[in-house]
Amino acid sequence: MPKLTIDGMEVEVEAGTSVLQACEQLGIEVPRFCYHERLSVAANCRMCLVEMERSPKPIASCSMPCADGMVIRTNTEQAQKARKGVMELILINHPLDCPICDQGGECDLQDQAVAYGYDRSRYAEEKRSVQDKDFGPLINAEMTRCIHCTRCVRFCDEIAGVAVLGAVGRGTHTEISTYVERAITSELSGNLADVCPVGALTSKPYRFKARPWELRKTETVDVLDAVGSNIRVDARGGEVLRVLPRLNEDVNEEWISDKTRFACDGLKRQRLDRPYVRRNGKLEPVSWDEALDAVVARLQGLDGARIAGLAGDLVDAEAMIALKDLLLSLGSPHLDCRQDGARYDVSERVGYLFNTTIAGIEQADVIVLVGTNPRLEAPLVNARIRKRYREGGLKVGVIGPSVELGYVYEHLGSDAGVLAAIAEGSHPLAATLKAASRPMIILGAGALVREDGPAVQAVAREIAARYDLVRDGWNGFNVLHLAAARVGALDLGFLPQVGGRDTRGILDGAKAGDIEVVYLLGADEIDASRLGNAFVIYQGHHGDRGAHRADVVLPGAAYTEKNGTYVNTEGRVQQARMAVFPAGEAREDWKILRALSERLGRRLPYDNLGQIRDRLVAVNPLFATKGDVQAAPWRPFGVSGALLEEPFQPAVDNFYMTDPISRASLTMAKCTDAFVPSREGKTGTHG
Amino acid sequence: MLRDEDRIFTNLYGFESPGLKAAQVRGDWAGAKDILLKGRDWVVSEIKDSGLRGRGGAGFSTGLKWSFMPKKSDGGPVYLVVNADEGEPGTCKDRDILRHDPHKLVEGILYASFAIGATAAYVYVRGEFAREIQRLQVAVDEAYEAGLVGKNACGAGYDLDVYVHSGAGAYICGEETALIESIEGKKGQPRSKPPFPAQAGLYSRPTTVNNVETIAAVPTILRRGAGWFAGIGRPKNAGTKLFCISGHVNNPCNVEETMGIPLRELIDKHAGGVRGGWDNLLAVIPGGSSTPVIPRSVCETVLMDYDGLSEVRSALGTAGVIVMDKSTDIVRAIARLSRFYAHESCGQCTPCREGTPWMSKIMDRLVEGKARVEDIDLLFDISKQIEGRTICALGDAAAWPVQGLIRHFRPELESRIAAARQSAAA
Repeated sequence: MPKLTIDGMEVEVEAGTSVLQACEQLGIEVPRFCYHERLSVAANCRMCLVEMERSPKPIASCSMPCADGMVIRTNTEQAQKARKGVMELILINHPLDCPICDQGGECDLQDQAVAYGYDRSRYAEEKRSVQDKDFGPLINAEMTRCIHCTRCVRFCDEIAGVAVLGAVGRGTHTEISTYVERAITSELSGNLADVCPVGALTSKPYRFKARPWELRKTETVDVLDAVGSNIRVDARGGEVLRVLPRLNEDVNEEWISDKTRFACDGLKRQRLDRPYVRRNGKLEPVSWDEALDAVVARLQGLDGARIAGLAGDLVDAEAMIALKDLLLSLGSPHLDCRQDGARYDVSERVGYLFNTTIAGIEQADVIVLVGTNPRLEAPLVNARIRKRYREGGLKVGVIGPSVELGYVYEHLGSDAGVLAAIAEGSHPLAATLKAASRPMIILGAGALVREDGPAVQAVAREIAARYDLVRDGWNGFNVLHLAAARVGALDLGFLPQVGGRDTRGILDGAKAGDIEVVYLLGADEIDASRLGNAFVIYQGHHGDRGAHRADVVLPGAAYTEKNGTYVNTEGRVQQARMAVFPAGEAREDWKILRALSERLGRRLPYDNLGQIRDRLVAVNPLFATKGDVQAAPWRPFGVSGALLEEPFQPAVDNFYMTDPISRASLTMAKCTDAFVPSREGKTGTHG
Repeated sequence: MLRDEDRIFTNLYGFESPGLKAAQVRGDWAGAKDILLKGRDWVVSEIKDSGLRGRGGAGFSTGLKWSFMPKKSDGGPVYLVVNADEGEPGTCKDRDILRHDPHKLVEGILYASFAIGATAAYVYVRGEFAREIQRLQVAVDEAYEAGLVGKNACGAGYDLDVYVHSGAGAYICGEETALIESIEGKKGQPRSKPPFPAQAGLYSRPTTVNNVETIAAVPTILRRGAGWFAGIGRPKNAGTKLFCISGHVNNPCNVEETMGIPLRELIDKHAGGVRGGWDNLLAVIPGGSSTPVIPRSVCETVLMDYDGLSEVRSALGTAGVIVMDKSTDIVRAIARLSRFYAHESCGQCTPCREGTPWMSKIMDRLVEGKARVEDIDLLFDISKQIEGRTICALGDAAAWPVQGLIRHFRPELESRIAAARQSAAA
């Protein structure tokens, strides 16, 4: 552990720490542009120069490792002059367009120019200008503003795993470019706007929309996949203008996926902002009273066995427990949260969680991906795998479609037969798994949501047992969910009760007429045509598939408009917070159910958020844990069965449109057009 | 003046064949096996004792550099890289070694590789040197065929593979870490140090990068002994050196001379004197384009070695002596160099990327006198903001000529500005 002196203060740091990091430990601010703690060190901006004893030149503190006995001075005249000089040189070719630059107000260059620069320029020559580039529908490139710190290049190479950006040209003609002009093809590309310290790369949909000081910032969580990324929602008035990542080392570090970031414009399109009732085959706007009366009229006196409820993918736990309580009080055993029709065993929590945890991936040495494309299903899980991969010594095997993941893997096969062979020990991977010290298996929806899903789960359980995937302080058995609501729903037991029907049973029953009323709580991913003649109540926030089929529409709140509890795929309980009010007459979902229960004469026993959260904890004490993961005990689960021969199919075709919000988003539509290969292929007159 | 028997490069002018047979007649490869059998430590200490300093410009002690390499192999490869990317304007010494005396280099590669425990050696030759690459490749092939390199080189039980690699003509690839990047197939951009190449160089393995002339001098030093080499020249500035004399002299030439020869003697004896006589001399750039210019008054007495030139705030560099007589527009000459460095800046780090074009633009204005007197101070200040703040030495190389100009020719700059003012007023 080297011991050094910085500005007269002694500090002992871990070997390999850079001088800049040591300064940070002491709380000494060192300005920087190119240095980013999650990226490799480039040392090219030269802003972090400090003085080192016995060195005639100032040193770049970001790239100089601490050594014993070093004497560093960060605030001498020489160091200050060096910074001022570098600052002046960075600014000579930077346009003075702060008034029209989206980065204004949150720009590293602005801040550091004020803190460390001269107050005027001595540059009287012509400024450099660069032709703008088209980086696709998400990232706006104003390359004249670029200061060539190469953070974006390193982000793409290292974090995103797509080598699409690079510096072309030389000297003052250096330009950051995609070589051949094209969009940046990564599900994490939005983070480029965050890593760029200036206004060269900014968010295209947010362009010219607002100034940072006008925005109301709400710290919440994302629900557009099951990762539960921590986000900050920036809103002005009733409009969500942008979504930014929030630091959470255990979940998303400081990145978010493009869907999380850019689908927010979907929050103001296709909204259900008032109740509707279907009359003469047409949905007509009505008042809340009329809508609730219509529901009560249909439910009153109906046998509970003829009522069913389905919970969707974006629903908060509060709404689900309210619906469950209501349906049970009406005598209905038919509830399910698994819109995809999955039937694998969820009786044990450990059987449906991502037990290793996302941060735990960094310890793994063997990962087997089964029927999952994490790049599309959970880009941040994929980024974590890539992070681990870059450290070396990780072996990844894929069973399922062969896809581009951003790291090298061995394609083991496409069907469940490979799993069976591994379970028997006859597969070449057996030796690798045996020798592994931290092995992981990740089951995706592509493997579990099939007829043989339960059997796949059981085989995976066998593999876990045979190769000690669960050992001291390590659980390598993982299920990667797609829906933010799923684990919470399973934890609450939003499942068929005794004698109840599951999703398929409910739909079959509705078609056959056995089920007369179906309550869709934000459920849009089912085949609505199979609802037959059932009376459909749709409660949700977007006019999507469910609302189209509904007889009564009760407008609910989207995730940015309510205080809701979500449990991510790891089993981490997190809370979303209200950033703006629900659209129009829409209300928070549990309140709608609470109001309905009163009209039905079965008043739910909670009147405020505190009480309903107490109810959650009463149903499952895990809801009392906030932010942490409670390891689920390893117990027997799974039902063996026959495995199908068909290859696993991808669960997500189009990353950009997976739920009612992203389907309503114009930005996501543009991304679909730009990035998702169309099945039909483009016509000759296309664009 | 250097005695003929003390010359290392005996076929510098190509009067004889560059082939193996002729080289052996000249004494190359003699006793190679015996030298190898004396062991690695002996070679390193001999070179250390000889006082040989890097001939590529920086003048770092070669033996010391070699001693930074790991003493014990960890089983992985270790590399010697020979820098034959000779691109410094005013310099053409390595080129003559490559085309006329390539066996000196190949033999030196064997000893240097042996001394640092290298498993392979790469020679990175400037892309424009198409013929020289061919000559060198022929020499390497001959050496392989004769068993001098390759498996069990010279029968001394040491294996060495030698590869000749062609660059693509970027000046920055002469910087040792940019050169390494270029060999690796990447864009030639210098690496930030530390780690130094001796820790993590080519393919992240321990690597030593040496200049062609340095390596080519090694065999003769080992044969004749460290004492012989150290006895030539001045203390800390030992040995012989190739000087490249170009510009306004009657007989531009490459010549091997003792270190520390007076500049005036060098020009008069070997280059036939300054065009129009010594009194017609304006200034000399003594060590390749990046070294600060020295005016005639300094040229009278300066000694051509590392310390001699550093005393007059210039540098020996590559010993590319550019002589300029009084017909020279010195401002325009330095402006041309500024443009060269702005053009060759790799663009990686801020001071060089932004500062070199700025200097070049001001220099272009100064040529015409279209500037204010304050711009001279501004220019000097910018050069100081670049010097010592960059990843590699190209920033320094761009700053020094400008600093040299301002230091010695400020009156010329000021009178131009005044003249331009006057003609504008008229």
